[in-house]
Amino acid sequence: MEAAISTPAKDLTPVSTKITKKLSGLPGRILVWTMAVVWTIPTFGLLISSMRPEDDIKSTGWWNFFVHPSTTTENYSRVLHYTGGSGRPFSNYFWNSLAITIPGSIIPIVVAAFAAYALSWMTFKGRDTLFVIIVALMVVPLQMCLIPLMRFFNSDWSPLNGGIPQIWIAHAIFAMPLAIFLMRNFISSLPSEVIEAARVDGATHMTIFTRIVMPLSVPAIASIAIFQFLWVWNDLLVAKVFGGGSKSAPMTSALNDMVGTKGSEWQLLTAGAFVSMIVPLIVFLSLQRYFVRGLLAGSVKG
Amino acid sequence: MNLIGLFVAVVLSALGLILLGGTVLAVTHLAQRRGQPRLPDPEMGIKLKLGGIVVGVYVALFVLHKLIDGGGALAKVLDTLFTVTSGVLFLALLISVLYWGASQYAEPWRERLRVAVFIGPALMLLIGGLVLPSFTTAKMSLYTGEQADKWYGLGNFRDLFTKHDNLILLRNTFWWVIFATAASTMIGIVIARLADRMRGESAAKALIFMPMAISMVGAGVIWRFIYDKNKDIGLLNWVWVHLDGVLPGKQQPHLWLQDKTFFGIESSWLPGSNTVFMIIVLIWIQAGFATVVMSAALKGVPDDLVEAAKIDGATERQAFFKVVLPYIKPTIITVLTTIAIACLKIFDIVQAMALGGTFDNNVLANSMYTNSFTQGNPGFGSALAVIIFIAVIPVVWINVRNIRSQRSAR
Repeated sequence: MEAAISTPAKDLTPVSTKITKKLSGLPGRILVWTMAVVWTIPTFGLLISSMRPEDDIKSTGWWNFFVHPSTTTENYSRVLHYTGGSGRPFSNYFWNSLAITIPGSIIPIVVAAFAAYALSWMTFKGRDTLFVIIVALMVVPLQMCLIPLMRFFNSDWSPLNGGIPQIWIAHAIFAMPLAIFLMRNFISSLPSEVIEAARVDGATHMTIFTRIVMPLSVPAIASIAIFQFLWVWNDLLVAKVFGGGSKSAPMTSALNDMVGTKGSEWQLLTAGAFVSMIVPLIVFLSLQRYFVRGLLAGSVKG
Repeated sequence: MNLIGLFVAVVLSALGLILLGGTVLAVTHLAQRRGQPRLPDPEMGIKLKLGGIVVGVYVALFVLHKLIDGGGALAKVLDTLFTVTSGVLFLALLISVLYWGASQYAEPWRERLRVAVFIGPALMLLIGGLVLPSFTTAKMSLYTGEQADKWYGLGNFRDLFTKHDNLILLRNTFWWVIFATAASTMIGIVIARLADRMRGESAAKALIFMPMAISMVGAGVIWRFIYDKNKDIGLLNWVWVHLDGVLPGKQQPHLWLQDKTFFGIESSWLPGSNTVFMIIVLIWIQAGFATVVMSAALKGVPDDLVEAAKIDGATERQAFFKVVLPYIKPTIITVLTTIAIACLKIFDIVQAMALGGTFDNNVLANSMYTNSFTQGNPGFGSALAVIIFIAVIPVVWINVRNIRSQRSAR
């Protein structure tokens, strides 16, 4: 995992000090593993609870599961069909989340990649100043933009007609400065000989971009895409503001509403929370290396 | 008048004009070249096939999506697929058509328009979505009323810094920044140091890192479950009542998320312990981030440096504090600033856990949302946004300066 960030330093410690280090490191190891266990307990408890029958959840703590184990999948089937106030089953929001998240990640990355190519390999006046201004826009918190954007989307000026595309555009906007910054850093560092050679052969910008720059940028794109995917999937604020009602709301929003209305129905909440966590957890477990890289890169998101 | 709307309209008309001009030029070229032999495009077959497949799939999706309607799962899946492909195809089509249009012009306009096609969509999003709205929000913060149309001067800011409920927003957000930033970073350094080169290091770190993948709403549910008032549901109350007799006083099940006092201390400048229990959730999420980033930095410290310090007589502890920590200082600053910014904008956890913010536990970003979108006071909401903006600037500035000094050091 850490190899993704920097190559591990050479181990120059002599064997004797290594042994003493191992012994003296025992309290440290105990502490680290205690932390790891404590950090896992909340999620683990949720997972266990989501599989216990309702009566058990409401009468005994989840840790009693190990004394009196009894499992059920009923919570999951109930929460997926649970309709709440909106009349839409919870499973609907899972599909909404996908419909929001996939274009919500692809659109900003594609737009940013084109811009990053222009800022690296096309020549025009004020190019570097423009890049500095774009990077400076990372300072603007999205709270500064919510109300005017909302008013625009609700006005007759907007070409969009509500719902999920508005959320895409909003996410694309808020991702843009960071995505351009990262993509430009990567694309401008590609070897100029390759691009010059293609130009001499008569390749147009579009050909260079799609045939050379994009394939070479796959590692950078993967990291940014995963970061953006999890950001959009886990987002609540943008979806709440621009979703415009339950028709296009993602799972975070539905779960948040369920907390408000069914705050003590733990058989629903635990299963619902777990359903909303499955996709990010799969992404996390399978693509951890890219995830860490994207996170390190994204740590400057303002 | 809608500033963004006007901007979007102008940009769209400009794009339309470019495209119109391109079409006209293309038609004239075609007319001039009639009868002349054309160079065959060797990739034409593949291009046509690919285009055909894409169009075919899209049309099929469209037809299926229209045919299979209703509330069923299949309909929803098709609907999702259709929405996703529509969005992505629309973007692809937009850029390729515009690029084609730009390519019809003669130099130097061809190159200029191609630059515009490449960078235009991004600039349009940035100007229409970030720059213009920021000015509008700044202006709106000086107004009041349901539509933010009554001039109020600096009244919103005066209210923010004088009214009790609003001062609580500032106080709580301040403590969010202090507690969560300090605790997460400290945990990060300690765990990264202790786990360094330990057996099972990556497994332990992955477990601590996992909450980072979970949404803050999901984390809110997880921790509400732990803080539940019933000792046979909530882990914290179960532990708490079992401490009865161990700790002084009587340990009754407690409503942790409603406690306005700072662990029994009544104080107007300390946060309620309900806020502290929400901050713990953010620490739970961010500690893994801090650990992973610190760990990467620790592995970048050259061994020779530490060895040299030890040969000079430094103990393990001295070497860590005097050599290793200064070496990774830029990383520490990155972690501190990142978490501080997250705290200034904290919203989801408070939405999911603060019970409507009625227990002196509200924060700036949450109040910004409710004032702007549910309580009909967008002027005040804008003022809160401006305050968040102003608070973020120095933090980002520290971060940027930090990145720059790192670059120049190399």
